[in-house]
Amino acid sequence: MTDPAPLLVVEDLHVSVGDREILRGVDLVISEGETHVLLGPNGGGKTTLLNTIVGLPGYRVTQGRILFKGVDLAGLDIDERARMGIGVAFQRPPAVRGIKLRQLIEVAADGRFDEAMLADLVGELSLENMIDRDVNMGFSGGEMKRSEMAQLLAQAPDLTLFDEPESGVDLDNIAVVGAAMTRLLKAERAGMSKRSGLIVTHTGHILEYVNADIGHVLYGGRLACRGNPRDLIDEISRHGYDKCVECAICQR
Amino acid sequence: MPEMTRFDVQARIAEIRALAEAARDKKAAYGPDLDLSRFNPAADAQSVESLESLEKQVKEVALGVGIDTKEENRSGTYFQVDRSPIYERVTEMYGGKLEIMSTAQALQLYPELMYEKYYWRAVAPDKDKYTAQVALQPTEGYFIRVLPGQKIEKPIQACLFVSENNISQNVHNVIIMEEGSEATVITGCTIHPKVREGLHAGISEFYVGKGAKLTFTMIHNWAEDFDVRPRTGIVVEEDGTYVNNYVLLKPVKSIQSFPVARLVGARSRAVFNSIVYGLADSYIDIGSESVLEGPGSRSEAVARTVTKDRSIVYSRGRLVGRTNDCKAHLDCRGMVQSEQSTQWAIPDLASEGAPGAELSHEAAISPIAAEEIYYLMSRGVPKDEAVSMITRGFLDLEIPGLPPALKRQIDKALEETAKESM
Repeated sequence: MTDPAPLLVVEDLHVSVGDREILRGVDLVISEGETHVLLGPNGGGKTTLLNTIVGLPGYRVTQGRILFKGVDLAGLDIDERARMGIGVAFQRPPAVRGIKLRQLIEVAADGRFDEAMLADLVGELSLENMIDRDVNMGFSGGEMKRSEMAQLLAQAPDLTLFDEPESGVDLDNIAVVGAAMTRLLKAERAGMSKRSGLIVTHTGHILEYVNADIGHVLYGGRLACRGNPRDLIDEISRHGYDKCVECAICQR
Repeated sequence: MPEMTRFDVQARIAEIRALAEAARDKKAAYGPDLDLSRFNPAADAQSVESLESLEKQVKEVALGVGIDTKEENRSGTYFQVDRSPIYERVTEMYGGKLEIMSTAQALQLYPELMYEKYYWRAVAPDKDKYTAQVALQPTEGYFIRVLPGQKIEKPIQACLFVSENNISQNVHNVIIMEEGSEATVITGCTIHPKVREGLHAGISEFYVGKGAKLTFTMIHNWAEDFDVRPRTGIVVEEDGTYVNNYVLLKPVKSIQSFPVARLVGARSRAVFNSIVYGLADSYIDIGSESVLEGPGSRSEAVARTVTKDRSIVYSRGRLVGRTNDCKAHLDCRGMVQSEQSTQWAIPDLASEGAPGAELSHEAAISPIAAEEIYYLMSRGVPKDEAVSMITRGFLDLEIPGLPPALKRQIDKALEETAKESM
């Protein structure tokens, strides 16, 4: 059996925001069908890594590169990356006046969605009261995450990046969000490669609802540790991030 | 009626003329001053039996301002070209419930009533040189009266069309909503595609009777060298409601308009919604004033303005409280999308001898938010489309009471404008 093909390859990535270097040589390979988890203290650069992969302005790559499906992402705009198959669930997406969630789901689906599929999505994520509202305008934490999941299920990216999917969400909503993430990552796609994911989490709480294959700890601008996600979380909860970086379960 | 109590129409005509003569050169309070001598008088146009016989181009541009020449789902139509009313019709179903004719005809039919109560009673003939021009050289305009208690479900449409270059169309419109009546009027003002420059000066006087409701939607579509000076006065009586929707999505040379609603009756209401897209070198000065006189009167004004290119937009709103129990709110938001454009948001509140009046406003001018653009792009939407979607969303007021077909037309026009201006 051959190893699954790499989908995302991050090589020696250095990223600065303003004058500050946040990432200092990140190496990461996510293969088809794999779900990775990115742990780490606040301010460690987790969101920076995600936003750099997405292509948001303000994140300056000073060294290294990111390859997606073998293509160097340098110089590609956010929408081009999205159309190549990169999706992102934002931690705090902006409210957009006058644009309904329904519209955003439709543009994300780019013609692949019909009324029946939309109705299923509305039912699955309980979007009845949100679908015709301005997106994220006055949405609760749980509503915001469900809205993000709906857009991503419509977009069906090959690689989905989740930024703190459990933050600001109550327990009922975490289960719904977790189920949607699982569907997004494990969906059967006849004749197509399996989907992949990268989940950024501060607490690791979401892992009670989603299975992840590999965990990393981003610390001091580098991936300091790699291992089984649950073991890493246990270790961190017992000893904190500082110790984790040196611990025995690290396979790095 | 005894002879002695009859209104002296001739004396009033002389008075209007004298007032107008004196105001011939009186500059308007706002907007660039125009030399009226450079425009030619409007010409006559031929009447038509059916709007379907109009040339295709005319029908198309009329549709662009909400005028359906097939008259589907309309209760009545008034169509004026240059100085001539070419078509007036009330559909059979609404016969005896509503009247549509030219203002000149109405003056002949109801001279005392018109001159005493309605004609030049909500707008002063000596307000400025534009009202004076309409008083001295009137070129028709529409008269719509909805009879007491009649609820006209289907919209009434009125088109004021300019077909010749460099003329001055000086219309005078009167709408009378009798007690307990309800109607929606769509007024589309536009020009033949060959017209480059000209002037549209329009007096509109609307009277909303006791318990009546008028929803008035005006869509403007002019040209880059065309000047527009509407002058509008509205009087709302007890429990009456006036809703004004204004839409301008195409370039114009200059437009200056500041309708004034006097809420004289108890519990009377006025709502102004405006959607303005400043393009090319447009100079747009729009606003509204609500004068709250009746106890329990309410008013709300919402404006959304976008400026691009080298356009200049003034968005004004004035609320004047003259009774203790009144409440009014202004909400004007602007979005500036070019370095060469200018926007002013000018809220203006006054309480005149009414310590209990509650008047408030929110005014904001801001750029299109970059994070919103990136958000849409992250779903695969190219940047220019994302900008256009956000702009459209910003201007989408979700005006209540708008006929769905008209809403679709406005959406379509918004979409086209957003695309063209990209």
